[in-house]
Amino acid sequence: MSETTQIGGDALLARRSGAWRERLRLVAMALGPVLGAIVLSGLVLLALGVDPIAYYGYVVDRGLINPYGLQATLTRMGPLLLIAAGLIVAFRAGIWNLGGDGQFLLSAVIVAALGPLLVPYLPVWLVLLVGLAVGAMVGAVWSLLPALLKAYQGVNEIITTLMMTFLGVSFANVLVKLAFRDPATTVPQTRTLIVADRLPRLFDTTVSSGLIIGLVAIVAVHLLMTRTAFGLKLRIVGANPRAAVHAGLNVPLLTMATFALSAALAGLAGAVEIMGVQGNVRADWNPAYSLTVVPLVFLARFNGFASIAFVFLFSVLSIGGESAARRTGVPNFFTLVVVAILLIMLGITEYLDQRRRAAGK
Amino acid sequence: MSGLFTEAFLTSLVLGALTAGLPLMLAGLGEQISEKAGVLNIGIEGMMLFGAYLGFVVAYYTGSVWLGFLGGGLGGVLVAAPMALFCIRMGLSQIVIGIALTLGAEGLTALLHHFQFAQSYPRLPAVPTLAIPGLSAIPVIGPALFDRPPIAYLAVLAVAVTAYVFRSTQFGLSLQAAGDKPAALDAAGVDVARVRTCAVLITGFLAGIGGAFMSQVGAGIFVPFMTNGAGFIGIVLAMQARGRPLWVLCGALLFGACLSATTALQVAGVSIPTDVIQMLPFAAVLMVLVLFGRRASLPPALGTHYVRGAR
Repeated sequence: MSETTQIGGDALLARRSGAWRERLRLVAMALGPVLGAIVLSGLVLLALGVDPIAYYGYVVDRGLINPYGLQATLTRMGPLLLIAAGLIVAFRAGIWNLGGDGQFLLSAVIVAALGPLLVPYLPVWLVLLVGLAVGAMVGAVWSLLPALLKAYQGVNEIITTLMMTFLGVSFANVLVKLAFRDPATTVPQTRTLIVADRLPRLFDTTVSSGLIIGLVAIVAVHLLMTRTAFGLKLRIVGANPRAAVHAGLNVPLLTMATFALSAALAGLAGAVEIMGVQGNVRADWNPAYSLTVVPLVFLARFNGFASIAFVFLFSVLSIGGESAARRTGVPNFFTLVVVAILLIMLGITEYLDQRRRAAGK
Repeated sequence: MSGLFTEAFLTSLVLGALTAGLPLMLAGLGEQISEKAGVLNIGIEGMMLFGAYLGFVVAYYTGSVWLGFLGGGLGGVLVAAPMALFCIRMGLSQIVIGIALTLGAEGLTALLHHFQFAQSYPRLPAVPTLAIPGLSAIPVIGPALFDRPPIAYLAVLAVAVTAYVFRSTQFGLSLQAAGDKPAALDAAGVDVARVRTCAVLITGFLAGIGGAFMSQVGAGIFVPFMTNGAGFIGIVLAMQARGRPLWVLCGALLFGACLSATTALQVAGVSIPTDVIQMLPFAAVLMVLVLFGRRASLPPALGTHYVRGAR
């Protein structure tokens, strides 16, 4: 009797250490590319004649340690988390929605134009709610064409969503310059939503409550995709559309739903950025968040909680990088290089892991 | 509006269509070669941009137009080589790596430009043209079509060469097989990875020259993010052309005309905000996709990594 429990205990122990090793492997596979990207990007800085240690030190100081920097970092996370949530829905359903930037920007412009118009007539909380709803709707509408083409014509959504992004960015500029221009300013921009009418700040900080919206959204999306029947259906479509048809799923309808949800979240991000941070849209403003969030979501393996960590890391890099740009003369384009190297390192890690596992078999 | 149909307007429209359309054509042609071999090359935007940068830099420092184009082609190959390594040899996702390469090329060229030229914004002298005797004397289209930089003629020649390679050579057949049924190609004793690598590198070379055309002939200057989606339009051109190089040329000239409509209309005295005009090519692409999307055919093995013996 005691012997069997002994054996059982051993097996349990072995299983537990196996689970730990698995968890360690996942952590290493997530952190490895990050470290590799930081080192390689440091070499790029060195080649450009900038001291990488001073640069990174500045980034960490201004993005993480300095209280104002940290608050800016946390505020930046709000829209990024919403975009990441939208990408997780789409990618898990096997749909490449690369049009997030157009969805984000158009929603931002329309919300920016709408907000100041509504303020005299409605209470602030209602203006904010209407703004968020309209933002989500605009994002979803901007994905309608790619969604229809993908669902009913089988047209590759990578191309259509990218085209809609280019179209949307130009269209947003046209709207700012011609339709929604604030006549009181010389530089073309929309009317400004005054600070008192924006999304409330958290406690005594400058952190926008957009952070909470983003966190709620990404956790909700994670649970939706992993714990509900709807999420399972979407994942089946993503894993094997043909099998999904045979399983009796309405694939075109699910495709439409995926696009709508994904783009609505990107649109919501635009609304949060405007009503929480910017207050208005200047002509030619385009932060292009969406394409830079794509690698982060991959790094997190479409896991919502891991995405929060990587979005935080990226926010530190981007807020710190903006300060460092003024001080060290390295323009913000550097963040693009870091993200690109990060993606490639991610691919290489994946490849090495596969080889290691194949060798282990 | 009376000026709309003058000789100057028509000449500038045709000329603009050619100047804006040839880079698109080179990108589309390159993408077609990749797609034929089964590689969806999303990194082509980055290849064009790096080609535009390197072409400009080489032309600026050497003063030679031809070396500039060669540099542009090499710039494209430099971005295509990692694509071949990661996607074809290591089997990583073509879409992820493609996005990474495009982002990387955007960031890197903008950084390099910032450190090198942001103070001075140097310009290149106009590229000398080669007038074809007789043909260039035709009114309206003569000066627009037959008094162009020599590279323009070579680019059009590349269409014919590609068509010939696709139709009548063993390499063309291998390309097609690599995209349609790589296992069959493998069974016939041809290395699928090698065929695909060649295709991707050729794509890089053509896209890079397309980019260099933009910076050397089109603008005479390098500006960060100057390709502005031209590579992605090239992907659409390749999809719509369904494997026929001549269709890429026709489509590219059509899009070129869209793009150049601004300058032509300005010559005619009609002023439209540039943002509206910038929407034209993408709106045109979407219209084409809505109308003919169902008929855009792609090779069955497009975007999939080939592993010998795997099912």
